Amino acid sequence: MMPPFSYVLVLSAILFGLGVVCVAVRRNLIMILIGVEIIINAAGLAFVAGSLRWNMPEGQIFVLFLAAMAASEVSVGLAMIVYLHKKKKTVNIDHFDEMKE
Amino acid sequence: MNALAFYLLSAAAIFSTLMAISRRELIHAVVYLVLSFFSLALIFFMMGAPLIAALEVLIYAGAIMVLFLFIVMMLEMGAAKIPLTPFRKVWGPAVVIAAVIFFSMAILFFGTPQTAVSPMTAFVSPRRFGQALYTKYYLAVEAVSLLLLFALVGALYLGKRDNNP
Repeated sequence: MMPPFSYVLVLSAILFGLGVVCVAVRRNLIMILIGVEIIINAAGLAFVAGSLRWNMPEGQIFVLFLAAMAASEVSVGLAMIVYLHKKKKTVNIDHFDEMKE
Repeated sequence: MNALAFYLLSAAAIFSTLMAISRRELIHAVVYLVLSFFSLALIFFMMGAPLIAALEVLIYAGAIMVLFLFIVMMLEMGAAKIPLTPFRKVWGPAVVIAAVIFFSMAILFFGTPQTAVSPMTAFVSPRRFGQALYTKYYLAVEAVSLLLLFALVGALYLGKRDNNP
């Protein structure tokens, strides 16, 4: 038996909510990037489910673009984290509340 | 798609994501997230997306998470226990946002008729995927390649040696 289409969407929503909670609650920059990864993956799950539901490959093609976007976001974000860590010796975002050094 | 396997895999994905966002050691969080990506890849495979499942393992679990591990070890934050944020400070907005998402999802879930997903597995073969990608959406592929190039240049600029104090 197949699980209904909306069950997949519910799983996607739960993962999305967990990612949002991770971004909003954790104070560590790396944990925030991990939360963004969870959010992007949940969106990709919804895309693949829609692709299966309407029998079109476009949803899966968009997941490929999502993966490229996630990869570029993580590379720039981690480079920024390394840069900030060299400047301030911390990755807690509560210490990055001013634009001047 | 086998329903029981779907339920088991989604339970594994939710559990490992929950563990990942609540760990105090970063290494544990990253490894739990790899587990979550593996179960998501299996769900993708069962939903007729074999190429996306392979890319999920290769790009997310393989490349991105190893990059995370590399940075965590380079900054020597692996063993440090990061204190969790006190509840009253920031949990309020997070709980409100998550509740809004879950509530709207529940409206969608109970307000629409339950349609079963189509029973085909592997309905987008890699051949069909590639043909659609490189005939219909080749311009989007160019745009994404430009995005990756910009990300490369940005990461190089940020990591330049004389840029650092």
